[in-house]
Amino acid sequence: MEIQTGSRLRNFHQAKWDEEVIFELSTAGQRGIHVPEVETEISDLVGDGLSKIPASMRRAKAPALPEVGQMRVLKHYLRLSQQNLGADLNVDIGQGTCTVKYNPKINEKIAASPKAQDIHPHQDESTVQGALRVMYELDLFFREISGLNRFSLQPSSGSHAILTMAAMMHKYHEVRGQADTRDELITTIFSHPSDAAAAAVKGYRIVTLYPDEQGMPDLEALKAAVSDRTAGLFITNPEDIGIFNPKIAEFTRIVHEAGGICGYDQANANGILGITRAREADFDLCFFNLHKTFGAPHGCGGPGAGAIGATEELADYLPVPLVGFDGGRYSLDYDVPHSIGKVRSFYGAFPVILKSYAWVLSMGAEGLMETARVAVLNNNYLLKKITEIDGATSPYTGGVRRIEQVRYSWEKLYEETGIDTHDVTLRLADFGFHLWQSHHPFVVPQPFTIEPTESYSKEELDEYLDGLRHVVQEARTEPQTVKRAPHNSVVHKIDDSSLDDPEKWAVTWRAFLKKYGESSAKIRG
Amino acid sequence: MKKLGLIVNPVAGMGGSVGLKGTDGLELLRRAEQLGALPQAEKRAEQALAALVPLGEGLELLTFSSSMGETGAAACGLKPRVIGSGSSPRTTPEDTAEAARRMAAQGVDLLLFAGGDGTARDVCGAIGTSLTALGIPAGVKIQSAVFATSPAAAGQVAQSYLTGGIGREKEAEVVDIDEDAYRRDILSARLCGYLKIPDARRLLQGAKAASAPDERAMQRAIAAELVEQITDDRCYIVGPGTTCRPLMEMLGLEDSLLGVDMIRARRLVGKDVSEREILENTVEGMCSLILTPVGGQGFLLGRGNQQISPAVIRKVGKGNIIVAATAEKLSSLRGRPLLVDTGDAETDSYLCGYYRVVTGYRENTIYRVSDCA
Repeated sequence: MEIQTGSRLRNFHQAKWDEEVIFELSTAGQRGIHVPEVETEISDLVGDGLSKIPASMRRAKAPALPEVGQMRVLKHYLRLSQQNLGADLNVDIGQGTCTVKYNPKINEKIAASPKAQDIHPHQDESTVQGALRVMYELDLFFREISGLNRFSLQPSSGSHAILTMAAMMHKYHEVRGQADTRDELITTIFSHPSDAAAAAVKGYRIVTLYPDEQGMPDLEALKAAVSDRTAGLFITNPEDIGIFNPKIAEFTRIVHEAGGICGYDQANANGILGITRAREADFDLCFFNLHKTFGAPHGCGGPGAGAIGATEELADYLPVPLVGFDGGRYSLDYDVPHSIGKVRSFYGAFPVILKSYAWVLSMGAEGLMETARVAVLNNNYLLKKITEIDGATSPYTGGVRRIEQVRYSWEKLYEETGIDTHDVTLRLADFGFHLWQSHHPFVVPQPFTIEPTESYSKEELDEYLDGLRHVVQEARTEPQTVKRAPHNSVVHKIDDSSLDDPEKWAVTWRAFLKKYGESSAKIRG
Repeated sequence: MKKLGLIVNPVAGMGGSVGLKGTDGLELLRRAEQLGALPQAEKRAEQALAALVPLGEGLELLTFSSSMGETGAAACGLKPRVIGSGSSPRTTPEDTAEAARRMAAQGVDLLLFAGGDGTARDVCGAIGTSLTALGIPAGVKIQSAVFATSPAAAGQVAQSYLTGGIGREKEAEVVDIDEDAYRRDILSARLCGYLKIPDARRLLQGAKAASAPDERAMQRAIAAELVEQITDDRCYIVGPGTTCRPLMEMLGLEDSLLGVDMIRARRLVGKDVSEREILENTVEGMCSLILTPVGGQGFLLGRGNQQISPAVIRKVGKGNIIVAATAEKLSSLRGRPLLVDTGDAETDSYLCGYYRVVTGYRENTIYRVSDCA
């Protein structure tokens, strides 16, 4: 269907390079750079270097890295980058729950400065007072924002922070002699699935609550779930569907009475900054994703940072070292009585921490609150406009305003036209838009989740809305155009029939070779 | 060359347009005709066949004469081989069954049938899981999981299956509703059996992006959990359904898909047992009952497992009931509770409340069970 006059839609077309996987480009002997031989004056003095490493720590054979020339590597990644989309290119509001917003470029510059890049974690504390001050003060900011008492910036991601919460919770019960009996973690179906997954990695059995008719976590189900096996509750609020649970303090009370710990998944806190805090809802632990709410980019899966906070009682379990300040100098504090130890090397992803520090300082307290207000305003503008589209609905609590995102449904459109949420997603790709559906299972039928954040202008939100309207109109007038989409994107249709079979998954090149053999690796596609 | 069987139940769906909620039985069909109902199954079969026309010479189509498939196929420009004919002037359920049996004898790669739950039941009774089949939705009642989401989707699945795009099959529930009760607005589904269908998730169950583990992987995870939970000193009554089957497989035991089995100390005490046998083998407090919801409405008891009677439930005790269901099955209930309908109101109300449903390995979901009141 032609793009209508007056529509804000773009005649987008994505680049397609049909580029190989980097491992397929490997030719034995090719090199990016030839490192010069060590001069004899040096080798005479220090030897070959290698023999200083204990034999047990040395590789028997070289790692199987791809061998590719420098120029080809450059081309490879530039081509891949052209086949990509992202917050700096498109109106990236369709990746609901991810809080994809503008991260000021000035902060990249700060993080890339030699002052940040050329310090080494093994340097003496006295020589990195500035870096320690940044970490200490960011801890202070987060204390204010959450109401909790102490933060560690060590975890590298949200899921990592959840795993850290689970480890702290485990240690807490261990100190009380209950680690073996308290083996259940309670969460909700609309909390982020990492709350269940990371806790399961720590060894917990997972108990999931379904929502009640209004879409709130079912309080009666929680009462049925708690017992002397309850280790704790990990929950998001607002949940993934964008509804804030006003009874949250009731939830934490019930879990506390059962002897459990309450962890608040605030990976995405964008809609509640300065409005509500973990402290008032009586949580023991919480964490923030700096790469969502606090001004650092997601960076295609890393590096990120999941700052984890604790009440005074739970602060004794935080990972070490924490950063301390005695009024004169900053120091790394390893004296944390019940610390779970380290959850990664050194102290955290410093460049990410620095970007967040700069962002919070530039926003100020008022600015943080303004962030939440605008994010919520944008979201409710979209809520009104999207639910005016015939075919789209927003299940649960009719008329109630949402916080920072909404999980919508195309069920009506599907029933009328046979066009499902997957089809709409693929067709929107033709206009440079992304539309994400939902975590699994699909509790909301034909779901899609949109989170506009505070960053996008009304014009951009309207451009995205035009995309949705266009596809819905096509679904009614020329459904085959939607069914056969995408037409202007890199990958047209992939056979996803075996993607849901864990026995067929290979998420690394090595796993692929192991499962399918060298010969299939040579057959592309 | 691939062989495709096609059976059209020409009267399927006729009752729906005139508000009859089904066309099971000759008398009802006459009434539908009197009310002006027009045949529509053939049209819907044509919509499905359209996707198969491009296969051309690579496809051999086998069907029954005239309205049971021949006419619809010809309307699409296909040249079917007619291997039998139905009764005249009106076809019967036995014609559907006979056609299915003949297709099986001819070794078709896939059997497409256009109809509703009644047609699925007839096909299932004739061929069971001996060959792969798929329903083109054309009936009034479509509760069974053996139908594609639309006739066009059925065509796409068939095309993909026959050309190797879909490389696996799965067993899916055939459920039929008691039409008499349905006309009185009582929804009463019964598990009739299973058909083997092409496993094309998206086109069978609506939009499900293929990124979560599939149903069978989740069933194996549930079985792994149950195997860890069961102890040798207890007896286990294992209800019907595919969710319970991997448990029996992991224990190396034969199971009856539609019946109730009993195990103790990892050995089979009885296969496809009756209520009397269950009661004889149940020691109060020392027996657990493993149940999984059946059909689209989430019935836990009273639909296809009546052997598990109120007397059995009282003897086992509510606390010893283990409910198992995949997360997808629970989410497909759209927030509705699991249901019990044992025929005894007191037992039903005794069973109400929140249960820990086993949804995976070391995973539970708290879910509500309700009576039908």
